Amino acid sequence: MPDASNTLEQWEKQEYKYGFVTDIEADAAPPGLNEDTIRFISAKKREPEFMLEWRLKAYRHWQTMTEPTWANIKYPPINYQDIVYYSSPIKDEDRPKSLDEVDPKLLETYEKLGIPLAERAALAGVAVDAVFDSVSVATTYKEKLGELGIIFCSFSEAVQEHPELIKKYLGTVVPYTDNFFATLNSAVFSDGSFVYVPKGVHCPMELSTYFRINAQSTGQFERTLIIADEGAHVSYLEGCTAPMRDENQLHAAVVELVAHKDATIKYSTIQNWYPGDENGVGGIYNFVTKRGICAEENSRISWTQVETGSSITWKYPSVVLKGDNSVGEFYSVALTNLCQQADTGTKMIHIGKNTKSTIISKGISAGKGQNTYRGGVRINKGASNARNYTQCDSMLIGEDCGAHTFPYIEVKNTSAHMEHEASTSKIGEDQLFYCNQRGIKLEDAVSMIVNGFCKEVFRELPMEFAVEAQKLLEVSLEGSVG
Amino acid sequence: MALLEIRNLHAHVEGNEILRGINLTVNAGEVHSIMGPNGSGKSTLAQVLAGKDAYEITEGEVIYNGKDLLDMEPDERACEGVFLAFQYPVEIPGVSTNYFLRAAVNAKRKHHGQEELDAVDFLELVKEKAALVELDSKLLNRAVNEGFSGGEKKRNEIFQMSVLDPTLAILDETDSGLDIDALKTVAHGVNTLRGPKRAMIVVTHYQRLLDYIVPDFVHVLRDGRIVKSGGKELALELEAKGYAWVDEEIKTAATAS
Repeated sequence: MPDASNTLEQWEKQEYKYGFVTDIEADAAPPGLNEDTIRFISAKKREPEFMLEWRLKAYRHWQTMTEPTWANIKYPPINYQDIVYYSSPIKDEDRPKSLDEVDPKLLETYEKLGIPLAERAALAGVAVDAVFDSVSVATTYKEKLGELGIIFCSFSEAVQEHPELIKKYLGTVVPYTDNFFATLNSAVFSDGSFVYVPKGVHCPMELSTYFRINAQSTGQFERTLIIADEGAHVSYLEGCTAPMRDENQLHAAVVELVAHKDATIKYSTIQNWYPGDENGVGGIYNFVTKRGICAEENSRISWTQVETGSSITWKYPSVVLKGDNSVGEFYSVALTNLCQQADTGTKMIHIGKNTKSTIISKGISAGKGQNTYRGGVRINKGASNARNYTQCDSMLIGEDCGAHTFPYIEVKNTSAHMEHEASTSKIGEDQLFYCNQRGIKLEDAVSMIVNGFCKEVFRELPMEFAVEAQKLLEVSLEGSVG
Repeated sequence: MALLEIRNLHAHVEGNEILRGINLTVNAGEVHSIMGPNGSGKSTLAQVLAGKDAYEITEGEVIYNGKDLLDMEPDERACEGVFLAFQYPVEIPGVSTNYFLRAAVNAKRKHHGQEELDAVDFLELVKEKAALVELDSKLLNRAVNEGFSGGEKKRNEIFQMSVLDPTLAILDETDSGLDIDALKTVAHGVNTLRGPKRAMIVVTHYQRLLDYIVPDFVHVLRDGRIVKSGGKELALELEAKGYAWVDEEIKTAATAS
């Protein structure tokens, strides 16, 4: 008899097939962190004085801090003096000259994910001038955005070109004193994106990191700042389904969002960093601080994330609902397989009146994966008529994985309306057999059931991204059946 | 050649022998009914034929269309035309019935080297078939069996069967939990699907279903063996005399020999 549980096991054991090449550029700061390192980084980036001062303040504060231990994750101690905090972007002559020089396995993945040819080259790190189409695409986009007054550029470029905006907004949502990893990021951040959408402008297209991927690698300490001025709308896509190459194990990113009156920011993430091998060796540690503020009335911030990669994910995209009638949303799919650990969730802080938040979290655990939802909802005293709806569902595949839920609710205003729903289910042998009996293969059945489980989150993603996310789960769930 | 040939089939679950030597021949065009009291092994037989892995086959063989059925994966059996209408259809949250069924149809088409159906062609096919069992087509946009009533779930099974057009259809207690009107609707759907190229195995506890789906052969299953076979009148006799009557008959036969 064919043995479905056996094949499930094989699926669980499946490795991340598309590991990356280790190739560290020589033009780098020596390992270790001190004020000189920070001065070196700032000088390399030719930053204005205020930026260096800010970095140094963060660094000095960081020295007084200790690494947090409250998360439900285990990892060997990180030696922060072993890390190289700056390395030059890879030179074009060191990149593959064309797709022919790229690992065929990587190309195979792109093929499976249906990534357009032009983008494949950019993703695989092919030299910019060899990436014919994407350059013109990027230029076209930039021109179009420029006409509307939208600024979309790398963070470094923004520091040079728009220092007044950086000065005004940097650290206003995530202060440099915020937490151990955010403070480290503030001291040593490498690069990231900057977006400013002026008053009343609806950004006509999704802003995707795709279009600036060829500028230079953003590095391990990414920093992103997005501002939507009064009445502005913007949708931002971060990451991509393609497996990303990266040599650095520790990632500590910071994202700040500011939504002014009547503004909307939608931020979607697909994270597919290397998850490590089946013993948990070698994966990315991803410690991310993401927070948005609905600064004024009727503003709205929506986080949607699909987290399938990294060996450790520590991430709580949050919304501070300061303006009256503002809305915060968090939609999340987190998948842990192999020895992956995810401690992820959100914080919704209700300050303004009639503020509303929605949290939908879907955790999927397979292999020896450990998946923790950690969510905080706080209703402050002045936040009358605040509402929160929280739904967090966990799905277990196999016997060795785990799902954990830590919801924190703090209500200081009696007019608040809170709803919380939670469920844990096991992917059923009965469900799989039902699909098999209709002719659907085991791996397709697993992916169909998991995708169904995640549907409420996927429908929040921009259309194209949603299709990619589904394919990503499919590819991640691919095993050898038979 | 028979469509299905079951020879001396033995199956265990968790150390208990449930099937103890089943022999059964089913030809294309025939409808066989398997009757028996609870625990006789009816549903086990249905699930073993469909490939449920909870059962361990210890002896015997099953030849389907000239192939070793037991050697095939459940999805392969399905693609080769084996369909099981489940006694307890499963819910799949977030996956619409349309999406699910199209995946099934296309898996089968792919298996046979045919082109996959696009959404438009598929919907056309589905519309016609849904009417057959009076299944509200709105249900098809809802998640598979989620929030369906008992009757809707069973009609959904027959509806899927009509769309997938199987060669061997196994109906596992399709009548359980149905009121008389729903039973008639389901039976009508099944009868429409009868044909010279298709065989059916109708597993049921009660004779009632067989008033509407009239079988060519009736087999009585008792403790994992077929102890009596006959024509459609055997079902009526069983209804009148009860399963104990079969036991008596066996005993008498044993004493006589």
